[in-house]
Amino acid sequence: MTSLRIFFVGGLTSYRALFNWLTPWILIPSFLIAPLFQILLFAYIGRTTHLESDRFYVIGNALQYAAVPCLFAMGNTIGGERFQHTLPLVLTTPAGRLPLFIGRSVPVIANGFVVSGFALVTGSALLGVHVPISAVAPLVLVAAVTAFSCTGLGLCNAALGLRVRETAVTSNILFGFLLVFCGVNVPLSSLPAWMSTIAEGLPLTHGIAAARQLAGGAGLGKVAGLVGAELLIGCIYVVGGYALLRLMEIESRRRGTLEIA
Amino acid sequence: MKALRLVAIGWLFQMKMLSRSSFDGLLGILWPLFFATTAFFMFRTSHDSRALLYAALGSSVMGIWSSTSVAASSALQRERWYGTLEAIVGTPAHFSLVLIPITLAMSTVGIYSMAATLLWGRFLFGIGVHIVHPLLFVIAVPTTVLAIGLLGFLLSVTVVRYRTAWALGNALEYPVWLVCGFLVPLSLFPDWVRPISWALAPTWGVRAIRQAALGGAPLWPVAACIGLAALYGIAGTLLVDTVLRSARRTATLSLT
Repeated sequence: MTSLRIFFVGGLTSYRALFNWLTPWILIPSFLIAPLFQILLFAYIGRTTHLESDRFYVIGNALQYAAVPCLFAMGNTIGGERFQHTLPLVLTTPAGRLPLFIGRSVPVIANGFVVSGFALVTGSALLGVHVPISAVAPLVLVAAVTAFSCTGLGLCNAALGLRVRETAVTSNILFGFLLVFCGVNVPLSSLPAWMSTIAEGLPLTHGIAAARQLAGGAGLGKVAGLVGAELLIGCIYVVGGYALLRLMEIESRRRGTLEIA
Repeated sequence: MKALRLVAIGWLFQMKMLSRSSFDGLLGILWPLFFATTAFFMFRTSHDSRALLYAALGSSVMGIWSSTSVAASSALQRERWYGTLEAIVGTPAHFSLVLIPITLAMSTVGIYSMAATLLWGRFLFGIGVHIVHPLLFVIAVPTTVLAIGLLGFLLSVTVVRYRTAWALGNALEYPVWLVCGFLVPLSLFPDWVRPISWALAPTWGVRAIRQAALGGAPLWPVAACIGLAALYGIAGTLLVDTVLRSARRTATLSLT
């Protein structure tokens, strides 16, 4: 029961306390305006280069933008605690680490999902991209799975926050890697082979591919493999991120660097 | 003369401060590179070396705007956090002469990113930059930096009452990249977008740099860039007076 409380109540409280991007003055420019302009930027570059259709860029960038809340909010779970001098207090409590850290990721997944959904709907409306009605429900599922897998990577980012001071910098760098590697704006077939191989192991790649097929008229059954791969990758990152957090926590205690990184 | 000396020393001092964090410096170089890399992959499909060079020059200016937009929009807020805002407002020099070097230094730091992008394009994508008018190129780059720095100055003053202005600066990154034609020709946009593009100095800056490198008449865009920079400077200076008067009257200078 205590673990459940830490998971749900603790997770939500931490999210509200640490992710100070929830104020409309940050939320509107960061989560509503910026993703739309990212979509427009790449859609217009796409029109210049005649590489792919507008739909390709709307879906790729809308799903990829889920990475912003997923990476930054998870990074703040460590960076924010350190900034407020509460990190040692949190890590000296007897609370189970699993509900403590994983609980903090649930609101983040919801945040990433909402950002993707908004960008997908408004981006499609702005550029006149048509998505079949039958694809809406499966797209919702894919967006949720993609936000989950991105949050797994965010958990790894949070772990890095125990060793580096600026989680915002690592979040930006990870965001950039996802932008270049995951087939967001360039088809994987147009990337060098080593990059597409790396992309197979990253969050987003399979989710974006599944969403594009769904928007193109494919059924959920046809993309089940891709959705499953995205989910599996997300689980691997969540487990890896949690393990890394535990390892970094132990190391930080040993070195006495919890507050200084 | 005194004013010039103040701007020069302020600029040098700010440059030293901005160069202190290697982590921030790394991000400043890497961030535009991610977008440049994506753009290079997209333009590469056209198999047109001129299109790639067009993309390389446009991407290289993206970094100058990136280094300015977020930092300049929160420049005054940062001084508040440092606890130095009252001190610099209280100096006998006009406040705009204190603030302009700060935003100029931010845009100057973008030159690192510009160089990194061009080298990245050269060594990883084989994009050779053959400059047709080297002298005009050397004039066009600092003019663009100056104009973007002064646009940052105007931005920093305009959003002074916006407590989380960094978020706005962040959100302005893509729109300026887009409407200033860094990677997309302006002819692709609806007609109503063009006056917005023309009012933004980076449009003329990137045009001047492109025409100096690829051939053309870069002097007109350079002149437009200088003209707009002067307008930004005058508008910002007038606004500074209003903002400071208001902050003194309501005693809100140090409030965040």
